[in-house]
Amino acid sequence: MNIQPPNSSSIKSRFAVKFVQAMKRLSKRRGMGDRYKRYRATRAAARVSLAAAVGPERAWSRAVLRRIKKRRGLIGRTTTNPRRNLRGLVPGGKGMDYCSLLSETAHYITCLQAQVQVMQDMLHLSSP
Amino acid sequence: MSSRRQRSRQSGASRITDDQIADLVSKLQQLIPEIRSRRSQKASASKVLQETCKYIRNLHQEVDDLSHRLSGLLQSTDADSAQAAIIRSLLM
Repeated sequence: MNIQPPNSSSIKSRFAVKFVQAMKRLSKRRGMGDRYKRYRATRAAARVSLAAAVGPERAWSRAVLRRIKKRRGLIGRTTTNPRRNLRGLVPGGKGMDYCSLLSETAHYITCLQAQVQVMQDMLHLSSP
Repeated sequence: MSSRRQRSRQSGASRITDDQIADLVSKLQQLIPEIRSRRSQKASASKVLQETCKYIRNLHQEVDDLSHRLSGLLQSTDADSAQAAIIRSLLM
């Protein structure tokens, strides 16, 4: 059972690089005049970049990356579809045994915290 | 919890112990700001899980909110230089 905490600073820098690269690609796309589209694209980029930064070594990130490969919608949870239980909140949670769920949850939380910090930093940097 | 039911049937090497679960739950407790300070009193597993769900939902909400606010970067004509500056600062 892998219960190693992720190296937070390496997740942060890997996420930051991927996220900025994704945003750069998106900014060159058409259709970004629409505010809602920009928001959804940004949010999707954040989710994908975090999973990509973690890579295939965790079950939760593999679940996110699988969904992208299958081109299934990534959005449609959280604000639009509030879930009450842990299995619904952690990517891939439904298929895991209880111990793995707890372990994946801890890793997932640490990564979400890193993601929030990076995005907050970017916000401060981009709005003087 | 399935581990309790299976305990008598499984061999010691493969079973998931209650201790392991308790350990994982207490590690989770340390991650959640709301309940992490209670070092001497260990919160109940159901309380930890409840707070964990609440915390994850909050984090998701924060990411959504930050995504809204960062989405303005996608229409900035200065995108390249702003983003280059961001990368440099974050990686230093």
